[in-house]
Amino acid sequence: MQSASEMAERLLAGDRAALARSISWAENADPRYPGLLGSIYPRVGKAWRIGITGPPGAGKSTLTNALVAHLRERGETVGILAIDPSSPFSGGALLGDRIRMEERTADPGVYIRSMASRKSHGGLARAATDACDVMDAFGFSTILMETVGVGQSEYDVVAAADTVVVVMCPGAGDGIQAMKAGILEVADVLVVNKSDLDGADRLALDLEDAVRMRDIRRPRDLAASARWAPPVVSTSATGAGDGIDALLEAVDAHRAWLEAADLEASRRHRRVDQVRRVVGERLEEELWGPRGKREQAETLLGNSKTPYDVAEEILNSVLESRTGAGPDAGDRTSTPGDASR
Amino acid sequence: MSERKIRVLVGKPGLDGHDRGAKTIAAVLRDHGMEVIYTGLHQTPEMIAETALQEDVDVVGLSILSGAHMTLFPRVREELEKRGMAHVLLTGGGIISAEDMEELSKLGFSKLFGPGTPTEEIANWIQSTMEERWKNEEVSR
Amino acid sequence: MSDTETSPAPRIETVDAAEIWRRAMESARVRDAEFTSISGAERRPLYTPADLEGFDHDRDLGYPGQFPFTRGVHPTMYRGRLWTMRQFAGFGSARQTNERFKFLLEKGQTGLSTAFDFPTLMGYDSDHARSLGEVGQVGVAISSLEDMETLMDGIPMGEVSTSMTINGPAPILLAYYIACGERQGVAPEKLRGTVQNDILKEYEAQHAWLIAAEPALRMITDVMAYCAQRVPKWNTISISGYHIREAGSTAAQELAFTLANGMEYVRRGIAAGMDVDEFAPRLSFFFDAHLDFFEEISKFRAARRIWARKMRDEFGAKDPRSWMIRFHTQTAGVSLTAQQPENNIVRTAIEALAAVLGGTQSLHTNSMDETLALPTEKAAKIALRTQQVIAEETEVVHVADPLAGSYFVEAETNRLEEEAEAYFKEIDKRGGVVPSIHAGYIQREIHRSAVLYQRAVEEGRKKVVGVNTYVEDLDAKPEIELHRIDPAVEREQHERLANLRKRRDAKRAASELDDIREACRTDANLMERFVSAAHALCTLGEICDVLREEFGEFEEPNIF
Repeated sequence: MQSASEMAERLLAGDRAALARSISWAENADPRYPGLLGSIYPRVGKAWRIGITGPPGAGKSTLTNALVAHLRERGETVGILAIDPSSPFSGGALLGDRIRMEERTADPGVYIRSMASRKSHGGLARAATDACDVMDAFGFSTILMETVGVGQSEYDVVAAADTVVVVMCPGAGDGIQAMKAGILEVADVLVVNKSDLDGADRLALDLEDAVRMRDIRRPRDLAASARWAPPVVSTSATGAGDGIDALLEAVDAHRAWLEAADLEASRRHRRVDQVRRVVGERLEEELWGPRGKREQAETLLGNSKTPYDVAEEILNSVLESRTGAGPDAGDRTSTPGDASR
Repeated sequence: MSERKIRVLVGKPGLDGHDRGAKTIAAVLRDHGMEVIYTGLHQTPEMIAETALQEDVDVVGLSILSGAHMTLFPRVREELEKRGMAHVLLTGGGIISAEDMEELSKLGFSKLFGPGTPTEEIANWIQSTMEERWKNEEVSR
Repeated sequence: MSDTETSPAPRIETVDAAEIWRRAMESARVRDAEFTSISGAERRPLYTPADLEGFDHDRDLGYPGQFPFTRGVHPTMYRGRLWTMRQFAGFGSARQTNERFKFLLEKGQTGLSTAFDFPTLMGYDSDHARSLGEVGQVGVAISSLEDMETLMDGIPMGEVSTSMTINGPAPILLAYYIACGERQGVAPEKLRGTVQNDILKEYEAQHAWLIAAEPALRMITDVMAYCAQRVPKWNTISISGYHIREAGSTAAQELAFTLANGMEYVRRGIAAGMDVDEFAPRLSFFFDAHLDFFEEISKFRAARRIWARKMRDEFGAKDPRSWMIRFHTQTAGVSLTAQQPENNIVRTAIEALAAVLGGTQSLHTNSMDETLALPTEKAAKIALRTQQVIAEETEVVHVADPLAGSYFVEAETNRLEEEAEAYFKEIDKRGGVVPSIHAGYIQREIHRSAVLYQRAVEEGRKKVVGVNTYVEDLDAKPEIELHRIDPAVEREQHERLANLRKRRDAKRAASELDDIREACRTDANLMERFVSAAHALCTLGEICDVLREEFGEFEEPNIF
């Protein structure tokens, strides 16, 4: 059995197997992960994190692949996290995004990891952030996170990125539909992919109009977002890869802008979110895990109390036991988290 | 560690394009709650081993119908070892004669499945073998 | 209908009989089984005139040799000529396959059919790193004109018809064949045969592709145009449902996707500036014959009817030969079992009979040992004899389309046509066949059917003798002799290639490859260049590398 410090040592020495295993620890909420993160935390924060999301069929994987090629050409190393949904029935998942990036498998400057969304929405965003931290500490200069969909959990995931790219294409993901889903609000860069298809120009115009008229407010930074107008970039990721340069330029522009504005504040927000998720997961485990309060709740409900009474009682018992529990209360998490109260 | 899932790589080494079996078994393993990484067709042994490493899989399952298994299966095994991935559970299927199965089992392919094997049988075997392994890990910890 | 006024009684009786039967069915106990086809189509217990409402003999059936060809493409059908018995063969070296060809011709086979190994199918030379372990395994290895010459050694190319099952690199293999004929002194005009050359179904099901879809389609129209001029007796494409079906599709999907692919090739030919009647008569088709006897027969009939209607009414073809689907059939490899392999002889016989009753033009019957390895001579002979028994000992060949008029078969033919039409609409909605492939739509449909069928077998709803019913000891080794490929074949191919590269005029070969590269960048017909390169002993891998570099490789969509 590897200890957290051994793993950290191997990871920082550039051992790819250690990188892969560290991400598994994060994903599985292995008890050794917090210690590992503690050891590598000083090395986290150098990579630029790009989240890529959009409706199914918008061509995200192909676009990601084209982006990687361009990033590699300019000498960057790239870590990729490809997230796909788990089956709600079996909890299993079929992860096939690598097919698109097959020729990257042998590239030592690229690492690709597939991740299933598993069951809890907060858990995915937590694990994805952890995976990014690990790749960041490993030393990749850019990290790409790719998720499919336009829902809340995708938003949570990409919100952990520095730059959020929302990909749409004519037909597959109707622009108006996306706007209704609020996806424009998270976007730092909007992409109309498959720009050779009918309706692409129209979609790009619609999006530009929407941006111009928008009252887009990104919840994670109200003040800053009011000043950044997401550019709309047209791409055709197959074949010659038209527009990929323009997309990278837009990402770079957003980066320059954010660095000049308040990158630290933006990242602090992200870390607070992570603290919130860790706390949430721990509480969930504490309350409803195998050694949790289910039995107690059943007993109390049996005494003809209402669900509210029972909830109150359980909450009180947890809070009391915690305040009395002394110094071990928070030591499993080394993530700084002063803003959580 | 309740969140741990069995991660399986389903790979098609070699040049044959018959992926009906591989895709079907991938879907069945997913339905058994596993996380399946499907590599796509026409993979070299190096690509399969490198993917196994990057994805930190527990199991590598190979499918070949071209008759090249006696060459390619051992090569995958070598490439995995080279990357420190000797611990993964190796299995596979295809048109493989009993003698070939015997020979491959000496090379770490502890179980191979011939044509017509119910997919449930394969899924159950992977599940029980992995559960056994994990139990032993817990004990040794 | 003046009769009914004078004698209404029989009508009432019929209604009563139907009613009585319905009640009997309702109250009767039926077996605990799923009454569906292998494709999952619901089956009624009885078919009656009510199932053929609106049926019109002249419009829907007609006569053999006449539009819409439901009853067959020849007026005489098998009274004129039996189908071609064409057993697919190929393994190991060109020398070994040449010997098997001669053996089959001697046993009464009437056409040659070549299987290639995976490196050849993917456009790699036998000595390429990716060919490791694959050389000669599932077919013959052909890396150059010299290999082709060995393959055809002593076989009169002006007399036999040869089918070559290859797609991505098909134009190059055809070029080798043409060049080989020229070296034997047989002019291209005299060559007869078929090259499969159907790349769309490769993307959809079989997955031996070479380059991206658009340039691959351009090469196909190059072959069509070249052959129309120079090799007029050559079937330039065999549009294949076989592999779609073997990948797990239903009968309706096989029918629909194959014909949709066919129509796409027709569109491409027209777009390339050809007259539809110039190339359409040389299009041929290739279907699977599965175990569902009536569904299969109906599928063949529906295929002829749909194609005739499309070609005449949508594509404006004038030549009746453009309206006809002529097809080759192979019995279903997927229906064979590794367990109790002798039972496969029976399965194959039933499937072969369906193909004959469906009016096929040529037929391959699988050998009983094919799920285990390549067929032995004995197994291959039994497979061929199966066809000969049907042709010579049964009376089914005397009558054209003998099942026409059967309520069930006609209703089934109609159903399959309707389902195919529904798929054509779905494909159109997605912008055509190529966008449907890129989006993974067709692959996903096939995959879904495959999984549903597998589930039905594993749950015991579909029975397979020897697999989930009447099972015998699973560990018992098959008693049939297995055919193996000697690993020496790979070594010898390496030596042959090394030797060829040393011997040939290197400058000439290099300049031929440059010419191909040049031609890729213009609209020039690539076939001219391939034949010329074949004579200069350019290898398959060298030519395909140029194509891969110039055109880019096909990217497999993720269908999950």
